[in-house]
Amino acid sequence: MATTPVLEIEDLTLTAKTQEVLVKDVSFSLNQGESLGLVGESGSGKSLTLRAVLGLLPRGIEQTGGVIRSAADSAMVFQDPRGALDPLCPVVKQVAEVVYYRQRLSRKASRAAALELLHMLGLPDSLRKTDRYPGQLSGGQCQRIVIAMALACKPGILLCDEPTTALDVTVQKQIMETVGRLQQELGFAMIFVTHNLAVAAAMCSRLAVMKKGEIVEQGSTLSVLQEPQNPYTQMLINSVLPVPELAPEGSGVLWT
Amino acid sequence: MKTTTIYPELQTDGPKTTLLRRILNTPSLLAGSIMFAVLILLAVFIPYLSPYDPTEQNLSAFLQPPSAEHWLGTDQLGRDLFTRLIYAARTDLTIMVLAEIIPFCTGIFLGMVAGYYGKWVDNVITLITDTFIAFPFYLIVIIVAFASGAGQRGIYITFILVGWIVFARVVRGLSASFREQEWIASARTLGLSGPRIILRHLLPNVLPQAVVVLMTDMVGLLVAIVTLGYLGIGIAPPTPDWGTMIADGQSFISTAWWLSAVPGFAVVYTGIALSLVGDGLADLWRKK
Amino acid sequence: MMMPGKLQGSAAGNRTSYSWLTAALIRAAVVILCVMTAVFFLIRIVPGDPAKMILGEYSTPEAIAAMHHTLGLDLPLWEQFIRFVKLLFTSGDTGNSIVSGTSTRVLIAERAPVTMLLIGMACVIAIVIALLLATVAATNKDKLADHLIRIFPAITLGMPIFWVGILFIMLLSVRLRWFPVGGVGEGWSGMLYSLTLPAVTVAFSQIPTLVRSLRAQMLEVLESDFVVTLRAARIPGRVILFKHVLRNSALPTLMLLGVNISYLIGGTLVVEQVFGIKGIGSLLFTSISNRDFPVIQGIALYCAVSVVIISLLVEILAKWLDPRTKGTR
Repeated sequence: MATTPVLEIEDLTLTAKTQEVLVKDVSFSLNQGESLGLVGESGSGKSLTLRAVLGLLPRGIEQTGGVIRSAADSAMVFQDPRGALDPLCPVVKQVAEVVYYRQRLSRKASRAAALELLHMLGLPDSLRKTDRYPGQLSGGQCQRIVIAMALACKPGILLCDEPTTALDVTVQKQIMETVGRLQQELGFAMIFVTHNLAVAAAMCSRLAVMKKGEIVEQGSTLSVLQEPQNPYTQMLINSVLPVPELAPEGSGVLWT
Repeated sequence: MKTTTIYPELQTDGPKTTLLRRILNTPSLLAGSIMFAVLILLAVFIPYLSPYDPTEQNLSAFLQPPSAEHWLGTDQLGRDLFTRLIYAARTDLTIMVLAEIIPFCTGIFLGMVAGYYGKWVDNVITLITDTFIAFPFYLIVIIVAFASGAGQRGIYITFILVGWIVFARVVRGLSASFREQEWIASARTLGLSGPRIILRHLLPNVLPQAVVVLMTDMVGLLVAIVTLGYLGIGIAPPTPDWGTMIADGQSFISTAWWLSAVPGFAVVYTGIALSLVGDGLADLWRKK
Repeated sequence: MMMPGKLQGSAAGNRTSYSWLTAALIRAAVVILCVMTAVFFLIRIVPGDPAKMILGEYSTPEAIAAMHHTLGLDLPLWEQFIRFVKLLFTSGDTGNSIVSGTSTRVLIAERAPVTMLLIGMACVIAIVIALLLATVAATNKDKLADHLIRIFPAITLGMPIFWVGILFIMLLSVRLRWFPVGGVGEGWSGMLYSLTLPAVTVAFSQIPTLVRSLRAQMLEVLESDFVVTLRAARIPGRVILFKHVLRNSALPTLMLLGVNISYLIGGTLVVEQVFGIKGIGSLLFTSISNRDFPVIQGIALYCAVSVVIISLLVEILAKWLDPRTKGTR
């Protein structure tokens, strides 16, 4: 596995207009093809860190310190798959639009590429004939569309913001398997934000634990899980029952 | 039993946050109230402020441009425009306030009954409001005002007939949503009668919103009064009224444009004052 | 659970979609019946004797009795009502004009085209300007342009529509001589040209409400998750705005216009009077000064029924255009 970092973050600090510091001195780096799990409870600043990497901070929040060095394009998968799609635009068209603007293909080629992506994500081929609106698809299918839109950007880094939280448990597993498979096939690096330690452990080779806007602990998944240094990490581990069986480090294989 | 309201701060006014202080902290309410108060004071004291009579004609000094003697000039019959403007405020604002009283009360009552009882009561009241709304507002105002005879009586009858719709619709929606809330349900399980819940619990909660609507509705009513005057089926001359003043001035728009423009600005001024008060009241009740 | 290999059926949605249509149609029909009843009672509940109003206070009892007979007022109330409804359903009419003897339907049909054209133009102008202002306001939230546009409704709320018309005439017709002072021009282009200023006047009264809710609507859409998705995918901002945000704001605008059509018609009637346009509005005022009750009733009826039908069509159109109502959720 290559070891050039595609993303380096140093001392990132994000501040709201009300002068409240939301993310403080966050530093980590991400190697090519690597996956990093960003774990912590809601409001700990995980999602904001992702938004900062993407360069799309919500209104009223500013980066007041630190550097983000990125050697590759990033794309994002969101928490609520239904909300993340334009309800009035057919799904294939939405994916094709991203292909059109990002890969600069013709309209026709864009649509073909979009359908190809949807096929890769395990969406039914019936979309080829009749396009559907987001409201006509299930949550899991919508999330696959959102992932397809992210992949249409040909990202070097895929940012996943709790992509499975809003889904049924069984669908969660399918989506995680799909993302893991695609990462192996396409070789992008990934930051996987979740409040679920078990999900992060299954998806990622490295973990960073965030609390109240700061990273309290980071390291390889196994070391963080087996020898947690911070009491907060210990608490998170204790709250996961049962701890999932883990595959050997770095293999990237998921839940078995 | 204590009255429950969704605006608890109205009841928990401590000595530190007096009502006056909160009004002072709501700039739109303050500005609107001052604007409106100035107009009212002028209207009340105009007989002492102006040497002119609003109806006395002076044909030797007609269509004069604004001067030190006549601040806004004179109209085609030589009457002082400023004096007439303020006397017209007396007429129009009095009618505006009086004509709003009955529709305000009936609208709130019917809205609460429809929203609280639901079912067929609601269906009947909604059907009536839907029927009224199908008629363009000005069409129905013009026809009813004409049919019940021009003049002030016609205006009052018109608004008793059509003015309640706005309030009924707003209050009905609010009441229906309150009905679903727990405190109404618990009051019901405690065995309180419908009329009692409506008067003691529903009314205090819908009233603030209804008053906010009242402010914008008064603007609409004023505009309607003025429109009727303009069309010649409202207040009859020589009683000063902004609508007839605009209509009279329309013949002179190329020579004395201010004759039509100024009374219109008076309506706009009143409109801004009242909508500022409405916005301010909404702010005042919404947050601390 | 939904397997990724299967799409959820859309046929299931059709069952419900027809029941709302039936309900909407029934509701509209009932309201139209109520409107007819209201129009019938309109001249009967208000104080005063219509015959006396037509003939004047000092008319002879014989003349009044004759007028009662012409108007059908000498019959029992229920018989009058049946005659009224019968005439309405057989010929779409509310009786003949007392002045000219022409049937009301013919009189209205003569005047309707100009009024309808005026309303249509006003609608188009209102939508275009409101969309423009709302877009500027929403994309510049809390900046100067936004504040200026937001003050606009508070100022225009108290503007009598006829007065706005007079101001436009003063400025654009008398001073700048861009438009005719009144009347309707010859031919298509002359007609459109002379109706432009009246249409702008009618639109002017609608724009504040439209801008206010469109701006709120657009802000909601601009801050929704799917816009973030599109921005995250680096789709150009103008594409997001024009293709996605505007389209998502368009449906509520359409619905709003359906709600406001009643105000639009009412405003048009008054504005016709200001600009001296021979449409339904001027017919109404002539009939009022002639105390021509059947014609007044006819105008009220046709306006109200149009409002009900347009609202119904807008409701159907909005449901039909919205893909969210087509599938199951």
